[in-house]
Amino acid sequence: MFPVKELKRSLLISLWFAFLTFPIMVIKVDPIERTVIWRWDNLFFVALGSFVISILAKVYLLRKERRAGRKKVKKELTEPFVQRILREPRFLFPLSFAVLTFALLFPALFSTYQTNIMTTALMYVVLGLGLNIVVGVAGLLDLGYVAFYAVGAYSYALLNMHFGMGFWAVLPIGGLLAAILGILLGFPVLRLRGDYLAIVTLGFGEIIRLILENWNTFSQGPSGIANIARPGFFGMQMSFDAGITYIYYIVVALVIFTIFVVNRLQDSRLGRAWLALREDEIACEAMGIDRTKTKLIAFSLGAFWAGLVGVIFAAKTTFVNPASFTFLESAIILSIVVLGGMGSIVGVIFGALILILMPEYLRALSEYRMLAFGGILVVMMVFKPNGIISNVRRSYRFKKHPSKEVIEP
Amino acid sequence: MDYFIELLFGGLTRGSIYALIALGYTMVYGIIGLINFAHGEIYMIGAFTSFIIATVLSIYGFPLLAIVVIAGLAATVWSSAYGFTVEKLAYRPLRKAPRLAPLISAIGMSIFLQNYVLLAQTSDFLPFPALIPEFAFMEPVAHIVGSSDLVILITTTLVMIGLTFLIKFTKIGKAMRATAQDKTMAVLVGINVDRVISATFIIGSALAAIGGLLIASHIGQINFYIGFIAGIKAFTAAVLGGVGSIPGAVLGSLVLGLTESFATGYVSSDYEDVFAFSLLVLILIFKPSGLLGKAETKKV
Amino acid sequence: MSEAILNVKGLTKNFGGIKAIDNVDLDIKLGEIVALIGPNGAGKTTFFNCLTGIYTPSAGDITLCHPESGKETRLNGMKPNKITEEGMARTFQNIRLFPTMSVLENVMIGRHCRTKSFIPGAIFRGPATRREEEEIVNVSYEILEKVGLEKQVNEEARNLPYGAQRRLEIARALATEPFLLLLDEPAAGMNPNETEALVGLIRKICKEGHSILLIEHDMKLVMSLSDRIFVMDYGRKIAKGTPEEVRSNPAVIKAYLGEDVDA
Repeated sequence: MFPVKELKRSLLISLWFAFLTFPIMVIKVDPIERTVIWRWDNLFFVALGSFVISILAKVYLLRKERRAGRKKVKKELTEPFVQRILREPRFLFPLSFAVLTFALLFPALFSTYQTNIMTTALMYVVLGLGLNIVVGVAGLLDLGYVAFYAVGAYSYALLNMHFGMGFWAVLPIGGLLAAILGILLGFPVLRLRGDYLAIVTLGFGEIIRLILENWNTFSQGPSGIANIARPGFFGMQMSFDAGITYIYYIVVALVIFTIFVVNRLQDSRLGRAWLALREDEIACEAMGIDRTKTKLIAFSLGAFWAGLVGVIFAAKTTFVNPASFTFLESAIILSIVVLGGMGSIVGVIFGALILILMPEYLRALSEYRMLAFGGILVVMMVFKPNGIISNVRRSYRFKKHPSKEVIEP
Repeated sequence: MDYFIELLFGGLTRGSIYALIALGYTMVYGIIGLINFAHGEIYMIGAFTSFIIATVLSIYGFPLLAIVVIAGLAATVWSSAYGFTVEKLAYRPLRKAPRLAPLISAIGMSIFLQNYVLLAQTSDFLPFPALIPEFAFMEPVAHIVGSSDLVILITTTLVMIGLTFLIKFTKIGKAMRATAQDKTMAVLVGINVDRVISATFIIGSALAAIGGLLIASHIGQINFYIGFIAGIKAFTAAVLGGVGSIPGAVLGSLVLGLTESFATGYVSSDYEDVFAFSLLVLILIFKPSGLLGKAETKKV
Repeated sequence: MSEAILNVKGLTKNFGGIKAIDNVDLDIKLGEIVALIGPNGAGKTTFFNCLTGIYTPSAGDITLCHPESGKETRLNGMKPNKITEEGMARTFQNIRLFPTMSVLENVMIGRHCRTKSFIPGAIFRGPATRREEEEIVNVSYEILEKVGLEKQVNEEARNLPYGAQRRLEIARALATEPFLLLLDEPAAGMNPNETEALVGLIRKICKEGHSILLIEHDMKLVMSLSDRIFVMDYGRKIAKGTPEEVRSNPAVIKAYLGEDVDA
């Protein structure tokens, strides 16, 4: 049974939290009317809540320990279930086919509202996969990824407003502009080591946002740019619903394209160089890998995808303003990558779907959803620091040396 | 000339507040190598706690001096408690996890604490009671240097001296320096690293709380979001000076505060934060480990 | 000196006020095994780091002469990856493998500078790229067979035993097709059996046309393996010659055993 010692511990924990949250949870002052409200009921809820949670956490940990003990007796090298599915083509192909069918039928099965949310989630899948190249594969901590997203969105908004350029024409332009910006930024900063790079990219993201906010003649400031054209389909006029479905399919196509490209990139000479760079930069250079060039490529490729999604974002919402491109956005995309499992494509897809769909479906919690989001990030990291799905190890086919084979039959 | 001096003091005030927050970042980074994104929130909680306590006390008619002392103490105590708890819950279990996991945990914690204060209190800007009186002897120069500027500068200087003393001469300070240099070795010579880390969080949070109290009474209003931008600025300052270095954090903060003050005063106030970050990028390009950071010697 | 493939003249490296290397000359001829020895802190690894571009020398010249084309390249100030491309590769004293990559992948990284497929190649995976990938895998596997790691191809590098990690470092360096291979204490931490196998391996590599410069503390290994030896102490070259010459050189004995030997 549950030991008394632990109960005592939980009691102490609940007292601690009651103390901790006392000023903010209990007292509410109105500085103008000069009144104080004492909300003692909150204190009770906090104490009770932390007591229950601490007991649950302890039970979970005890169980885990016991299970771990049992597992050691058996065999340790059991591959996780998901890994096995991902490795075996005979599972993977039917599964991908089923997922694809479901994705294609989605607008027919669900409401426009649901389709719209799914579009958003899939956009984050692409953003996550793009950032995954930078952070997950090449190990460059980029906290200003949203800047490139903003570049894509604004390049469509502005080119559409001033020159009437269409979605399909701007889509590659937006991507390229973001990639070029990535190179321009990357050139001076990529020699900084990990956390310095993080704060510089963060600063860079903020600079872009602040410029958009303050340079009114260029970007129309905080009020943003409205009435951006939706994507055209050979000049056809589309109803509102059809427009949403159409964008959904564009995003699905982009997701497929991204997965294909990213998968091939990871599994190439370049992808291996990125991985090696993440593990040991000095050894990498000694092996003849150009550090700066390799990093720059990763950085600008990541930016390219953010630019693409930016264009789609502008076309989808028909409205952009700087408030969409805050640091929180970068943080969410980064969380997708880390939560999903760094470097793992499937992991990132799961991460994006969970993190983006969760707040949507947590709408029932209304104002509590960002609280829950923050809390869940912490809890997920504490219990699964490596992410949900780790990368599948690739195996290679090689020719055994003929002379050796003769010697060792 | 008056304008110049006004900007100079404005910059120093701003810089010393950054320094109070930046120290927490730099100490934590120095010891566990984590960008503690929730640190800005700790500062915000410090400001909120002092706001709540001070307002309650003033409603119940306490004298100003008592309000200042009690609110200051309360802010320090609760901020430290939050810092301590955050480390235990969100970072300690991740001590051996991959490098980015604690960072995400910190970002999650930051979002959580922001929304926690938002929900438990309010999203409105709240007027902060004037805890620093206008001194009579400052009257002749009041149009250039306010009394609160003076108080902030003096308080920060005293706190810095105290901190230097703590780190240089006390047992826990020595343990902190040892842990920052080599965690494994520190364990081997019998330092309780967990306790050192907790102490670091507590000290850093207390400093941030003092900063929160000072800035809130200087500006005169607070809301749940003040921690984010102040946190980012302070971290920028810490990196500017060379993250992990305590004098670096102070120097970086002052440089940042002055740059912002002069740039907004002479150039344009719209781009305040752009100046800050551009300065950071420029300095790091020419001095990749910050102003006072040790240039990294590659060990091969 | 026309046949020298590496020529170091007056190499000096200062760290602040300290001369870590002071005016050192060294040359290596084609097909030689040359050892660089000296007490701890003599500046051997710093010397290596200067050669391979990790440090920029304060003064002096390092010239690499390609044995086939005869092209001479001055290495001072070149980036490490360029130097590797020129045909000089190294291993590290404190092993620097890519820990979570497989043994095979570690060697494949070494092929990077001898292959060239790029983004389009990676995405479209045309016949040229596929051929190149195949070649990378096969050459890497062949090298692993040579160093005797073919059974561990799919293991993560960090899970290998110490001696095997050292051999993997050599394999990875070999994959860059160097004509000159620099080994920084290849036998450190090996047991006598492993060391013996290593001697065989180094001889084999040398026979296959790679010249070798090595830093080593294991005197037995150095004496039995090297054609010539350079001795450093306090950043200066104090002796050079064949193993026999060095063995009987009083300056060397003094450096290793202290002042009292002369008296």
